Amino acid sequence: MEAAAGGGCGSGQPLLLSEGEQQCYSELFARCAGAAGGGPGSGPPEAARAVPGAVSAAAGPVADLFRASQLPAETLHQITELCGAKRVGYFGPTQFYIALKLIAAAQSGLPVRIESIKCELPLPRFMMSKTDAEIRFGNPAELHGTKVQIPYLITEKNTFKRMDDEDKQQETQSPTMSPLASPPSSPPHYQRVPLSHGYSKLRSSTEQMHPAPYEARQPLVQPEGPSSGAPGAKPPRHQASLIRSFSVEREPHDNNSNYPDEPWRITEEQREYYVNQFRSLQPDPSSFISGSVAKNFFTKSKLSIPELSYIWELSDADCDGALTLPEFCAAFHLIVARKNGYPLPEGLPPTLQPEYLQAAFPKPKRECSLFDSYSESMPANQQPRELNRMEKLSIKDMADFPVPAQDVTSDDKQEQNKTRLEQNKTRLALKSTADEALPKDMSEDPATSKDSNSLKARPRSRSYSSTSIEEAMKRGEDPPTPPPRPQKTHSRASSLDLNKVFQPSVPATKSGLLPPPPALPPRPCPSQISKPRHRELQEFPQGHPQQSEQASEAEIHPQLNRAPSQAADSSPTKKDIPYSQPPSKPIRRKFRPENPATENQEPSSTVGGPASAATGKPHTAVQKQSSKQKKAIQTAIRKNKEANAVLARLNSELQQQLKEVHQERIALENQLEQLRPVTVL
Amino acid sequence: MAVCVAVIAKENYPLYIRSIPTENELKFHYMVHTSLDVVDEKISAMGKALVDQRELYLGLLYPTEDYKVYGYVTNSKVKFVMVVDSSNTALRDNEIRSMFRKLHNSYTDVMCNPFYNPGDRIQSRAFDSMVTSMMVQVC
Repeated sequence: MEAAAGGGCGSGQPLLLSEGEQQCYSELFARCAGAAGGGPGSGPPEAARAVPGAVSAAAGPVADLFRASQLPAETLHQITELCGAKRVGYFGPTQFYIALKLIAAAQSGLPVRIESIKCELPLPRFMMSKTDAEIRFGNPAELHGTKVQIPYLITEKNTFKRMDDEDKQQETQSPTMSPLASPPSSPPHYQRVPLSHGYSKLRSSTEQMHPAPYEARQPLVQPEGPSSGAPGAKPPRHQASLIRSFSVEREPHDNNSNYPDEPWRITEEQREYYVNQFRSLQPDPSSFISGSVAKNFFTKSKLSIPELSYIWELSDADCDGALTLPEFCAAFHLIVARKNGYPLPEGLPPTLQPEYLQAAFPKPKRECSLFDSYSESMPANQQPRELNRMEKLSIKDMADFPVPAQDVTSDDKQEQNKTRLEQNKTRLALKSTADEALPKDMSEDPATSKDSNSLKARPRSRSYSSTSIEEAMKRGEDPPTPPPRPQKTHSRASSLDLNKVFQPSVPATKSGLLPPPPALPPRPCPSQISKPRHRELQEFPQGHPQQSEQASEAEIHPQLNRAPSQAADSSPTKKDIPYSQPPSKPIRRKFRPENPATENQEPSSTVGGPASAATGKPHTAVQKQSSKQKKAIQTAIRKNKEANAVLARLNSELQQQLKEVHQERIALENQLEQLRPVTVL
Repeated sequence: MAVCVAVIAKENYPLYIRSIPTENELKFHYMVHTSLDVVDEKISAMGKALVDQRELYLGLLYPTEDYKVYGYVTNSKVKFVMVVDSSNTALRDNEIRSMFRKLHNSYTDVMCNPFYNPGDRIQSRAFDSMVTSMMVQVC
C-alpha cells in the first residue's frame, strides 16, 4: 500500500511514505510542534518563544522524541544532519519526516543514509506513551487504530483528566494484541521511561494502574498477530505498553516505599541539587525567593509560561508570591518531572507538600529515571554549570538504561558535592521550620499591611505582621490598667517636650474620659482614653516595628514597668493632674507597638505595681529617652515620606518617557510600512 | 448558583468569562458587557472623595426577567460581574457577597503568581476550579 504521498520535497527527492507512515509522522510532527505550545502553523503567542518558525517542530520535543527512539547519540546526530535540520536550522515537516524515516532505518539495522530511506521500512519505534509507533508497526490494518488514537491524544494534550485514565484502565484489562512485533530492540523498551511529551498518566493517585498492568502484562507479551483491527484496542495498547514499562520500572523501587507517587518523591541528590540552586538565588536557606527572581530562574527551564504558571500555583502553597526552600524544591521537582514528560498533577502530591518536605528532609529514597534524559534535555541553557549539576543527577539504577557515558562523569561530580551538602542539610532541616514563619512576617509587613486589612476575608500569612501589632496594641490597652494608684505623687510634668507634643491631644483625651472616675475601675477608662492615642500612634508600628523594637528592647521593660503604673493612677486622677497623665499613656502606647510580644506587658504591669514606689527620678530620664525615640521615629517617617514622594515623581516621569518612546516607536513603524512597498518593487 | 462569572480588567476588557449553559454564551457576554455601564455609573456616583469608604460590593446592577446581575469592583478597578438565575430565589445578598469575596481571594492568588502578567487572560486552574464550584449546581 505504497502511496506516493510525499511528506515534502525539500531535499529534491520525493519522500515516499506509506499511508501508515504518513499518518504516524504527521501526527508525531503535530505533537512535536504542538507540545511546544503552538501547533504547526498556528498557536498562542507562547509558541513564538519555543518555536523558531511558524511551521516547525521545536527542537526540544523533537530531541526528546529522537532520544526516545533509543538510538545512540551519534546516530541521532547523523540523522539530524542528514535530514537537513542542521542545514536549515529548524525541523520543518520535510526534515522531520526524513528524520523519522532515518530513525526507522537505524532501528532496523540499516546504515544511516539517504538511500536507506528509499526502501520500505517499518515505522520508527519510540519509547513513548500513547503515540507508540510500535503499535502501528508496519501493519496497514492498524491504520484504523491511528485515527482513533489521534483524537484521543489530542484530547489528552489539553486535559490531564483522570477519567481518561480510568477508561483506559478498563480497556487495558481486555486482552489485546501485543504491539511488540519488533524483536531486536524490544527488550530495552521495557526498561526505559523517557516520556517525552507528557502523555503518561502517571499522577500521584493513579497507583491503581499498578495492579492493572501486572495483569495486562501477561496478555500483552504476545507476538503480534494480525491485529483484528479493533480500534478500541489500539489506545489501550499504548497505555498498556506504557504501563508495562512503568510497572517494570516501578518494581525494583516499590520495595523502598509503598508510596504510589514515585515520580513525585524527591531523592537525596535531587534535594541537594535543589538546595544548591536555592542558595545560588538566595544565600539564606531559611529565607525565601521572591516571585520575580524565581520567575527568571524557572523561565530558563524552557517550559511554557502557562505550565510554569501552573507549577507555581501548585508549589506556592501559601500563595504569598514567594518560595521558601520546600516550596522551591517542590516547584523545581515539578519542573524537572515535566521536562521528563510527566504530566503535571491536578494537585500538589503529598510528597511535595512543604510540611512533608521540611519534615523528611534527608530522604534515602532513590528516584528512578526522572533525570536520565533531563540532563540531555536542557539544551541552550544559559548557565552551563546547571548542566553539569544536572548530569550529576542522572545516576543510580541506571544500570539497565542505555544512557550514554554521562553517568560516569556525573558520579564523580556527585561525590564532590555530597560532602559539602551534607553539612548544609542538617542546618537547613533545623532552620527551615523555625525560621520560615519569621522572615515572612517581617518582609511582608509594609507592602501588604493595608491590603490585607482591607480584604479581611481570610487569615493569610501576609497579614500577620500588621494585624498582630495592632492587636497587640489593642490588647495591651486593657492589661496594664490594674495596678493600684498610690502613685499620685509622681508628677511628670517636668518633660516639656512631651507636654508640647501631646498638648493638642490633651483636650481630646480629657473629653474622652467620660465617666468621672471617683476611684474605681481603672480598667474601662484607660481603654477609652487610649483610643484617641491609638490612632495617632498606629503609624509608628507600621513604619518602624523592627528598628524601634531592637533599639528600645532594653528600655521597654523598665519603662513599661512604670508606664502601667502611671496609667493606672492617671485614670482615676485624670482631672487632677491634667498634663502629667497624657504623656504617660503615649509612652506606653508607643512602646507597646514596638514590642509586639504582648506578654511582656502583662508581667511588667504586675511588676510595675510594687516597683512603682521608687520611680521618682527615673521618670524624667525615661521621658527624655522616649521623646528622643519619638523624634527619631518621626524623622524617620518624614524621610520615608520624602523618599516616597521622590520615587512617585520618578515613576511619573518614567511613565511619561515610556509614553513618548511608545509614540516614537509607532511613528517609526508607520514610516517603515510606508517605505516597505517601495522596496518590494 | 451563578450562571455566568466574569472578571473585567480596568480597561474594560474581559480577563475571564465563563458561563454554565455553554450554548448561549453570547447572550451572557452581552449582558456582562452592558452591565459594565451600570458598574461605571455606580463607581462614579460615589465620588472621588469617598473612594476610601467605597464599598467593594456593588450589589444588584440590574435585573432582567430571567437573570439578575451583580457587581463587585476592587480597589484597582478590576470588576467582577456575576449573573444569577432569577428563579433561584433562595440566593441571598450575603451569599452573593461571600461568592464575590471568594472570587476576590482567588483573583489575588492569581495575581501572586509571578508568571501571570496583569492584563493576561486568567488561565489558572485553581481559579477555574473555584469558579466551577460556584457555578456548578443542581441544574
